[in-house]
Amino acid sequence: MSLVELRNVSKIYHLGGEEIRALDNVSLDIESGEFISIIGPSGSGKSTLMHILGCLDSPTSGTIKLDGTMIQGASPRELARIRNRKIGFVFQFFNLLPKLNVLQNVELPMVYSGVSARERHERAVAALKMVDLENRSKHRPSQLSGGQQQRVAIARALVNSPKIIFADEPTGNLDTNTGEAILQLFCKLSREGSTVILVTHDPEIAAVTPRRIEIRDGKIAEKVDARLAGLDRVARTF
Amino acid sequence: MNFLNAILIGFKEVWAHKFRSLLTMQGIILGVASLVAMAAVVAGMENGMKETMIATGGADKVLLQQQPVPAYQEHRADEAPGRTMVDVQALRKSAPLIRLVSPEMAFQEYVTITHGDKMVNPSECVGVWPAVLDMNLHTLEHGRFFNELDEENANSVCVIGTGIRDELFGNPEKTGQEIVPIGELININGQPFTIVGMFTHYESEQERKERELAKSKPAEKRAGPVRKRGWGGRGGWAFYSKNYTIYIPLNTMWLKFRSATGTNSIPDPRLTDIDMKVASLDLLEPALQQVRNVLLLTHKGIEDFSFQTQENQIENINTQIHKARLSGGIIAGISLLVGGIGIMNIMLASINERIREIGICKAVGATGSAIFLQILVEAVVIAVVGALLGLFASYNVVELVTIMAPSQNAPVIKPEVMVIAMLFSAGVGIIAGLFPAFKAAKLDPIQALRRD
Ligand SMILES: Nc1ncnc2c1ncn2[C@@H]1O[C@H](COP(=O)(O)OP(=O)(O)OP(=O)(O)O)[C@@H](O)[C@H]1O
Ligand SMILES: [Mg+2]
Repeated sequence: MSLVELRNVSKIYHLGGEEIRALDNVSLDIESGEFISIIGPSGSGKSTLMHILGCLDSPTSGTIKLDGTMIQGASPRELARIRNRKIGFVFQFFNLLPKLNVLQNVELPMVYSGVSARERHERAVAALKMVDLENRSKHRPSQLSGGQQQRVAIARALVNSPKIIFADEPTGNLDTNTGEAILQLFCKLSREGSTVILVTHDPEIAAVTPRRIEIRDGKIAEKVDARLAGLDRVARTF
Repeated sequence: MNFLNAILIGFKEVWAHKFRSLLTMQGIILGVASLVAMAAVVAGMENGMKETMIATGGADKVLLQQQPVPAYQEHRADEAPGRTMVDVQALRKSAPLIRLVSPEMAFQEYVTITHGDKMVNPSECVGVWPAVLDMNLHTLEHGRFFNELDEENANSVCVIGTGIRDELFGNPEKTGQEIVPIGELININGQPFTIVGMFTHYESEQERKERELAKSKPAEKRAGPVRKRGWGGRGGWAFYSKNYTIYIPLNTMWLKFRSATGTNSIPDPRLTDIDMKVASLDLLEPALQQVRNVLLLTHKGIEDFSFQTQENQIENINTQIHKARLSGGIIAGISLLVGGIGIMNIMLASINERIREIGICKAVGATGSAIFLQILVEAVVIAVVGALLGLFASYNVVELVTIMAPSQNAPVIKPEVMVIAMLFSAGVGIIAGLFPAFKAAKLDPIQALRRD
């Protein structure tokens, strides 16, 4: 059984009588421990796919099974719970809460899963150690560089030990070197056993992952199983 | 736990926008302040009125008042006898529902009492029967009251209040020693009278407390002349006038001051007042009917009298207090309503501002109810902090009122009103927060995240 099973999923928007098929009959399986990139031009439906995979959005039609549970008919409350326990998000614009410090930002998902204050603190510090930011825990997001902010966001995504981590253009707002460092962090997570889905429009970045899913006009255009090529790149970067 | 967290974040949010929050709170602050202050003032009024009521003779007292002859009896106006001793005797004999009748005859001219080079104008100088003691709830502290012998012989004796003593013989508070002028001679409008008794000093609860406080503190050195504030010292007028009373026997009054007056040298037999006490307050109506029947006989059917009961006064007091309560309540209610609208407004603005933050929270797993609780708690925090400031403000308002009107009506802040005001404000916060909280909870995470 796959970790994620997507069957004939469509997402249709109606804009002034015009029908926009952001996703058009997409079927997809993701196994536990995979490192995947979703690649495609702007407006092709990458983010839409990621949001549906990540239970942030629900499809117009089709079925999704995540970790054994069907989720297309789930209530908002159940979706929130799934996002909280099983999914970690990393966004292009970091999306940290500006009023909270780094530590509190990382603790946030645990606040909603009812973890005790003490355990929250311990786990948040551990997650920050993983991204090498434990010494900045009292700083506000605005006092950090873009790369550091993205590392905080990654720590936040990791902290509830999710089944799967989604990253939507995580390097899109960073310069090449910083972006490369963030990318290596994802590679490291993958090697440690996490399931990671990377959304990007950059083939260079997609080349890092063993499996690439190309999407065009809401359809999966071609599936390239380039495990070897991907491993090449990973080997090269470390 | 989660709830405590929400409260903590709520306080942080309020603190992060101090000025904005304060502006939002002003409706609540005003509402709570006016509610508590108004309740305190009304409670003070109530206390004062009750004390005054007792000082003026209690609830079972009925005044028989002179009234112009009604229009249909106009042609018999000159036959109207007025209130005389005939009425008093008739009432005592034939009105068993009246347990006490106290006739009073006052001077027809201005009264001046002198002793050596000191003089005083009493609030009341009347000829009375000993019944007046029970009637006006007097307590004799020194000497004796006059008796039947004094009455029959029309002795020149008098019983005075402490105010008269203060003016003529010196105030014990100033001289530091109690002065009891029993046996002294004083002149009432030029006629010599012997003081045979003196009443106790009457004062309101508030006044007594102040005096005791002053006693326990060493006297301050004062620069410049002493200045008194308010009507007749710090007490209310009821206590003041009770202390400035002087009584002489009715018969003495009649013989010494009235027999030479009146038209055509016929002494005016009319009394100034007939006060009565009913046997039981429950039988007030039948008692008044009985009095009316008796008096219609003695007055040859002419209705030149009316009754004034303290019951009327109680009713008056109650309606006044009710009105004060109502207007205070309306002001407070409107302020709280405005405060509630202000809170709702600011919460709507706040969630609009934080729509992206809410989206982030939802993306990391916040449920709708968690967001709902957060926004609701924030609204309640604003309301409750506002209410606390309002309580503080009300305390100051009450202090100010106390300074401006130092009387027996001193406002009393009631803890239960404070609790009610707090609960009410919290309720306003909850109601004002419901809609914004609902709106925030229902936000679609994707759309919230898209906003920038
Ligand atoms: N709320 C919406 N209403 C209408 N159309 C939408 C909505 N959200 C997305 N779309 C449309 O769906 C399509 C897919 O959008 P999506 O955001 O998934 O693209 P993307 O591949 O992530 O692009 P980019 O690389 O620019 O982020 C686009 O044509 C977009 O206009
Ligand atoms: Mg996108």
